[in-house]
Amino acid sequence: MTSTAVPAEVIRVRVPPRSFRGELRAIKTVWKREMIRFGKDRLRIVTALVQPLLFLFVLGNGLEQLSSASTHGVELKTFIYPGILCVAVLFTAMFQGASIIWDREFGFLREMMVAPVRRSSIVIGKCLGGATVASLQGAILICLAGAVDVPYEPALILGIFALQLLLAFTITAFGVMVAARMKQMQSFMGVMQMIVMPMFFISGALFPVANLPGWLAFLNRLDPLTYAVDPMRRLVFNHLDVSAAAKAALDPGVTWWGWHVPALLEAFVVLALGLVMLGVAIWEFSATE
Amino acid sequence: MSTNTQANGARPPAIEVRDLRKSYGEIEAVRGVDFEVARGEVFGFLGPNGAGKTTTINMLCTLANPTGGSALVAGHDVVRERDDVRRHIGLVFQDPTLDGYLTAEQNLRLHAELYGVEAAIVPARMRQVLEMVGLWERRGGEVRTFSGGMRRRLEIARGLMHSPRVLFLDEPTLGLDPQTRSSIWRYIHELRETEEITIFMTTHYMDEAELCDRIAIMDQGEIVALDTPEALKAGVGADRVRIETEDDEAAIAALGDVFGLEAGAHEDAVIFFVPSGEEFVPRLFAELGVPIKSVNVSRPTLDDVFMSYTGTTIRDAEESGPAHANRIVMQVMTGARR
Repeated sequence: MTSTAVPAEVIRVRVPPRSFRGELRAIKTVWKREMIRFGKDRLRIVTALVQPLLFLFVLGNGLEQLSSASTHGVELKTFIYPGILCVAVLFTAMFQGASIIWDREFGFLREMMVAPVRRSSIVIGKCLGGATVASLQGAILICLAGAVDVPYEPALILGIFALQLLLAFTITAFGVMVAARMKQMQSFMGVMQMIVMPMFFISGALFPVANLPGWLAFLNRLDPLTYAVDPMRRLVFNHLDVSAAAKAALDPGVTWWGWHVPALLEAFVVLALGLVMLGVAIWEFSATE
Repeated sequence: MSTNTQANGARPPAIEVRDLRKSYGEIEAVRGVDFEVARGEVFGFLGPNGAGKTTTINMLCTLANPTGGSALVAGHDVVRERDDVRRHIGLVFQDPTLDGYLTAEQNLRLHAELYGVEAAIVPARMRQVLEMVGLWERRGGEVRTFSGGMRRRLEIARGLMHSPRVLFLDEPTLGLDPQTRSSIWRYIHELRETEEITIFMTTHYMDEAELCDRIAIMDQGEIVALDTPEALKAGVGADRVRIETEDDEAAIAALGDVFGLEAGAHEDAVIFFVPSGEEFVPRLFAELGVPIKSVNVSRPTLDDVFMSYTGTTIRDAEESGPAHANRIVMQVMTGARR
């Protein structure tokens, strides 16, 4: 303080030097903003549920009539439940990641970028926020498990929740990575059509992944979503009372050159992909300007 | 950390710029500028669009890396001590950077958290800055329902939330109605009274530049003049004479031949500068030899200062010439980077 005294009522504020705690606080701040915005957009919570519910109950019940012979007594909507849950998370998480385009367009991104914190904290906060929102969406679908004859067993529910949370994080990171250099939401919609829809269809969300034509099996193993849908489906089938034939036909599990990939490794693939994409997203934001 | 900061006796300048340069490929947006801004000063950067003002401010705010030279802001190097610079500056950009879906209060709170402001002081500080810009009553309103002027005032309040030592305002009054413009100037002067703050602003409004303590005139990436508005006007050293004639070209030629004066045509009038303008008028009528329709003699304005240094008015500079080309290049660059 100098001799030219400031009037007493002026509140002086001090900004502390950068610290690890400061970075954690920045992550929390960015995360909190996503929560506030999610809370204000209640309509979206409802609209985002329309599509998965259509798949689950309309498509599930409708196609049931064609497929009951080959599902060995398992209802189609029970079979596609894990897949639809993953797809619902996929779409919501992707949009959460893409919302960084709006942040850029409406300027708030700049406010975050000029703060005395690392860019990585901002990207991590964004990804965690998106993952939280998307997995809250998933949680609503988890509540509906009973309606498709999936039992409410704590171990199963927890497992499903953990898997979809992991997926939500990875896909948000993917969305942020893709959106990092984009200026307009329209370009992102193109990407959704080009990448996200194929990911959905190829992943095996709607069909068993065994005995596919060679090219489709190949693409299926490359699709990251496959490694979220499959362990979730295994988890569900482990808690269902179904015949061995039904399990073999509907839940064959993903194989790599004939080797059955363990569910834990599949979850690890999703995590690893998520971390790599988070790394790329951080790099992209640190490299600009 | 630099060692030359926080010395209580010798107070380092708020901003110290040495031979600062920025090129985008072939284009030199800023061509080696030098200046210092003292603490507590209101310093204006004046020039047409595309003169390099925004590029300079971006370098000082650590948003763009200089391609040459150095700059210290609040005692910290803008390249090597980027975060230290960021802790001590507040920014108000030309384009809005508020989250429209949040309330005014939420925007300020997020800002305080990002900057690590101690939570216990936040409510009091928030009230103070919001009251200053007259938005305390509207703190619970979502920003998207605010008018352009209210948003700009909120941006200023937010820029002040963390008590920055230097507040950067990039065209703070651009596109605002006269009433909001004058209230923003009232805050600027109020701030100087109440807070220990230095204000660095860019503008291309001449009347606003007059309100600064000192101004630098920037043209085509260089500082062409730097002084107080009064000194700059005095430096023109002559009165401004504006005449309307029957034949401007003949009048310009005659002014050169008869009086040895250099005159220029602007907007259907001939303008030139001459010491003791009033006493010159009788001679003008007697000796010019071209019929004169009207005469106007005035003390020089900053516009004249700008003209005397750059050879063109600020408006003409924006409409044509290299600055215009520069601006298009800048739009392409910023568009590509946005």
